[in-house]
Amino acid sequence: MKRFIGFIKKEYYHIFRDRRSLFILFGMPIAQILLFGFAITNEINNVDIAILDHSKDATTTEIINKISASKYFSVKQIIDKESDIESVFQKGHVKAVLNFEKNFSKHIIKENKATVQIITDATDPNTANTISNYVNAILQHYQKHLNKDITIAYQIIPETRMVYNPELKSVYMFVPGVMTIILMLVSAMMTSISITREKELGTMEILLVSPLKPIQVIVGKVFPYIFLSIINAIVIVVLGIFIFKMPVQGSLFLLALESILFIITALALGILISTVSATQQTAMMISLMGLMLPVILLSGFIFPISSMPIPLQIISNIIPAKWFIIIIKGIMLKGVGMQFIWKETLILLGMTVFFIALSVKKYKIRLE
Amino acid sequence: MKTILYIIQKEFKQIFRNKGMLPIIFVMPLLQLLILSNAATFEIKNIKFGYIDNNHTSTSRALVEKFNASTYFNVLKNFSSETLANSAMLKGEVDVVLEIPPYFERDLQNDKHNSLGVTINAIDGAAAGVINVYVSQIIQQFNQQIKVDLFQVSDKQIQVSNINTIPLFWYNKTLNYKTYMVPGILVLLVTMITLFLSGMNIVREKEIGTLEQINVTPIKKSQFIIGKLFPFWVIGMGLLTIGLTIAKLIFNVPMLGSLSLMYLYTSIYILVVLGIGLFISNFTETQQQAMFISWFFTVIFILMSGLFTPIESMPKWAQMITEFNPIKYFVEVMRMVMLKGSGLIDILPQLLKTLLYALIMNGLAVWSYKKTT
Repeated sequence: MKRFIGFIKKEYYHIFRDRRSLFILFGMPIAQILLFGFAITNEINNVDIAILDHSKDATTTEIINKISASKYFSVKQIIDKESDIESVFQKGHVKAVLNFEKNFSKHIIKENKATVQIITDATDPNTANTISNYVNAILQHYQKHLNKDITIAYQIIPETRMVYNPELKSVYMFVPGVMTIILMLVSAMMTSISITREKELGTMEILLVSPLKPIQVIVGKVFPYIFLSIINAIVIVVLGIFIFKMPVQGSLFLLALESILFIITALALGILISTVSATQQTAMMISLMGLMLPVILLSGFIFPISSMPIPLQIISNIIPAKWFIIIIKGIMLKGVGMQFIWKETLILLGMTVFFIALSVKKYKIRLE
Repeated sequence: MKTILYIIQKEFKQIFRNKGMLPIIFVMPLLQLLILSNAATFEIKNIKFGYIDNNHTSTSRALVEKFNASTYFNVLKNFSSETLANSAMLKGEVDVVLEIPPYFERDLQNDKHNSLGVTINAIDGAAAGVINVYVSQIIQQFNQQIKVDLFQVSDKQIQVSNINTIPLFWYNKTLNYKTYMVPGILVLLVTMITLFLSGMNIVREKEIGTLEQINVTPIKKSQFIIGKLFPFWVIGMGLLTIGLTIAKLIFNVPMLGSLSLMYLYTSIYILVVLGIGLFISNFTETQQQAMFISWFFTVIFILMSGLFTPIESMPKWAQMITEFNPIKYFVEVMRMVMLKGSGLIDILPQLLKTLLYALIMNGLAVWSYKKTT
């Protein structure tokens, strides 16, 4: 036990002596969460659109005014022939063109029907769809105004209640995700090279001949990083709560415990990477290349998992970040307690045990 | 010239000797391109839908059936009480709950209008907005249907003014996300590989101590740097080639524009990335530091590239930052050339900015290299 404590102490000194790395370790996540918390949103604002108005009458002018008054659109360009649409799109900034048919007002008055085309640059399907929906909503609204004297029979009107995030802020979606990504990658990267570094610098032999058991070496390596990561987590959560006004509806204590569990999962994964790779470079490429995109794309951070093809939904289950995102959104936004997230917690716990067991096993192999 | 060739030869041998690295350089990125491109979709489908039917009439059943028939909703469950529905929503088992009030059918017949409670989990605000549109559309259709089926009323006598909208989705008629995402993810992979490899390569020689040995040889610094970086440039172009082939053959991504324009742009772009990598190498002491700094910039470059979330919606100061993001330009160029068939004139601004960026980054890198060694 004494030897083990001595080993942990040595690891501590090792990490805290390197001021430059420490600065990088703490400075970066703070800078990132600040940057992303403010910058990333999937709301659509100020989209540049162009207008092709064949009619140029009172109704179309009114509609165009309504559209440019909304916060979603800014009318960038007026074009006068169909053949210009292509070149407007190819320059890249204008995302949609509204094409009003000839005699728009006349058609409305005489035939009760007029047509407008919403041409969108659908290379980005999401933006195209959203723009199309928003223009539609504005036109619907205008139509209601035209028909305000008519009441329609047999109407069911849905009364919609948005729960957990009534203002539909995208910050509530992205801050938990960014917190998860940062904690996961920083923790896993830190430990992923801890053992390979010893191998590469030749100090591994010394550890191998020491009377420390493999499990002790591994735990001793992880321990100081747990401490570092907890500080990291505290900083990130505090920033989330105070700068981005994330609510914590549930128990702060539970949030702390779950964060510690998740950090240990990530650290254990890093250790596993460390035991299977021969050089620091391999370890880093595995933890950077191998973890970054899968964690960003498959955790539900940006893209909804339920819309993915079934095989990918199954694969997403092995991404620890997925479970942690469910847990922190639950605690922070829904205010749930353990009875609602015990399953996710158990999965993280199981993964941790699995990673550690596998690392110890791989580590032993190297001893022989 | 001969010296450079020898260094290049040596570097290539070094890279390809490490059997563990080869799959990481070539197999992992392409595997990710194949798999992850399917994950990146904002389409909202399979919405978990629950309902509380307090009415139990043919009308209320017909309404639920309408949701069941739609491809967007997975109708899961009839909850017997609001408490049970709330708890299911807390657990994440449902995302939408429709509450049909008692006397729903009777009120509809008597009063000719009625309301329904719809509760939507709005943690993902954008998705909640879309779900709301779907719910309204279905109820709208249902309104039409009950008029005709149940009450035999038609709209003919009422003259309602309609503005017809015809949405046209250019360049991607079927709103296929893969067409949009595959080129973007390919950009990420090419960038990550070239940045990580170059960023950690020189610092590795520093950490192991072989950099001193090279510094005392008659090799010129410029020769050394070119020799070091050239293999990574080749690897980047190679990845692009395989990636484009996969995009075309497997994902059927259109290639409307000129391939040589793509290669011209990419060859300059990779120089920017290599310059950044070299710069990072010069300012770090250990591979660990280099790794963390590369990671820091890559995450920023990725999340602020406009690949996943639109740049126009970012605050002005953040949009300014994206001007310094090389990935942003690459993503723009890829999509413009491949999907819209833009030509040299259209991408000239991006091309010139990238070229300038390459000159500045590599200038800085060579200058700081001399300073630190």
